[in-house]
Amino acid sequence: MKIDLSQKKVKDAFVEKVQEISGQNLMACYQCGKCSAGCPAVGQMDILPNQIIRLAQLGLKDRLLESGAIWICESCMMCNTRCPKGIDIAEVIETLRLILLRKRIDHVQIENLTEEERSTVPAIALVSNFRKFTS
Amino acid sequence: MKISYYPGCTLKSSAKNFEDSTLFSLQQLGVEVEELPRWNCCGTVFSLATDDLFHHVAPIRNLLRAKEQNSGELMTLCSMCYNTLKRANERVKRDPESLDKINKFMDNERIDYEGDVRVVHLLELLRDDMNFDMLRQHVVKPLRNLRVASYYGCLLVRPRGIGLDDAENPTVLENCVSAIGAEPVDFPYKNECCAAYQTVDKPDIVADRAFQILTSAQSLGADVVVVSCPLCAFNLDHRQKETIRKYPEFKHIPILYFTQLLALALGSSEKELRLDLHYADPKPLLSERGLI
Repeated sequence: MKIDLSQKKVKDAFVEKVQEISGQNLMACYQCGKCSAGCPAVGQMDILPNQIIRLAQLGLKDRLLESGAIWICESCMMCNTRCPKGIDIAEVIETLRLILLRKRIDHVQIENLTEEERSTVPAIALVSNFRKFTS
Repeated sequence: MKISYYPGCTLKSSAKNFEDSTLFSLQQLGVEVEELPRWNCCGTVFSLATDDLFHHVAPIRNLLRAKEQNSGELMTLCSMCYNTLKRANERVKRDPESLDKINKFMDNERIDYEGDVRVVHLLELLRDDMNFDMLRQHVVKPLRNLRVASYYGCLLVRPRGIGLDDAENPTVLENCVSAIGAEPVDFPYKNECCAAYQTVDKPDIVADRAFQILTSAQSLGADVVVVSCPLCAFNLDHRQKETIRKYPEFKHIPILYFTQLLALALGSSEKELRLDLHYADPKPLLSERGLI
């Protein structure tokens, strides 16, 4: 796959925005991969947590916002616990979800859940799912 | 001893077994529990964005209710409530400016919150305020011959500084299990996430995770897995239905709240255990071991 790298993208407002909302210094990452090694969800991810950080450093906004991985992350904080550079990766991934959610681009459509789905899962699951996946 | 108690959304419905067994146990241990009046849902997840103060209002409002009760401590049972209340509390303690904004937002409240309520989990109460040796002395029915794997999941132990034990190798549940006479079984998936809220729109991921976690505990000889979170309980217990559909070789294993075993050891009847709320039926195992 062709990746278009440019100074312009690295210095783009998107990189700044991700750093600001997440409160993280993306440039601290040196790609050791411990976040992805510990992540229980990598099996279902199209891009891995360490790759998410690399793409964010490079300002590759579209690749990140189109990825399925940001909706697979369940904020279990394993990556944050293991990062030797102290980066809170889960906060970065939450920021990427928020950039979409704040434009009202929801991941879960509440109205599409069946009556059975809504009545079998407990309140704690519905509240947390809607908090993470809807605007 | 008297303590304020925050139940949270699910303890009054599908996790009634968690609440009833806890209230019975604390009564046996001489702890007086006072439920918060007018509590509201904590939001279940702590907002991870630096610019989002709004979602901290719900947890902070609960801490304010504890303060109104003149209580310096607020006890929770659910791992997600514990995490959300405690993180929001730490956030406003660290950042007086955001606390001030939240207080101004809650201008219908009589008093301000000042970061002065401590959030404690029941496990901390048992371990630190009471200690497990004392707990051992209250046991009337030691759970001999019961092999128990303790599942922590994520939010009880992470992130560091918020979790109530070591983030990588917690032992508080095992120590509690030992104190009530059962045999703890250590297993490598004890702090691997159960896939949490993915259970709503991606239950298939939960089935995979439940299969990995539970077969690991079974391979090390566990009879039962204990949890402290209603979402873990739902995913590991009720999602066994989807797990066995996907993995026909999977064998059911009962999932209990640690408080249900605690209540049993402290002399509860079946009534406080609410075993009717389980998917994988714990009754055959518990009656075979002479515990019910």
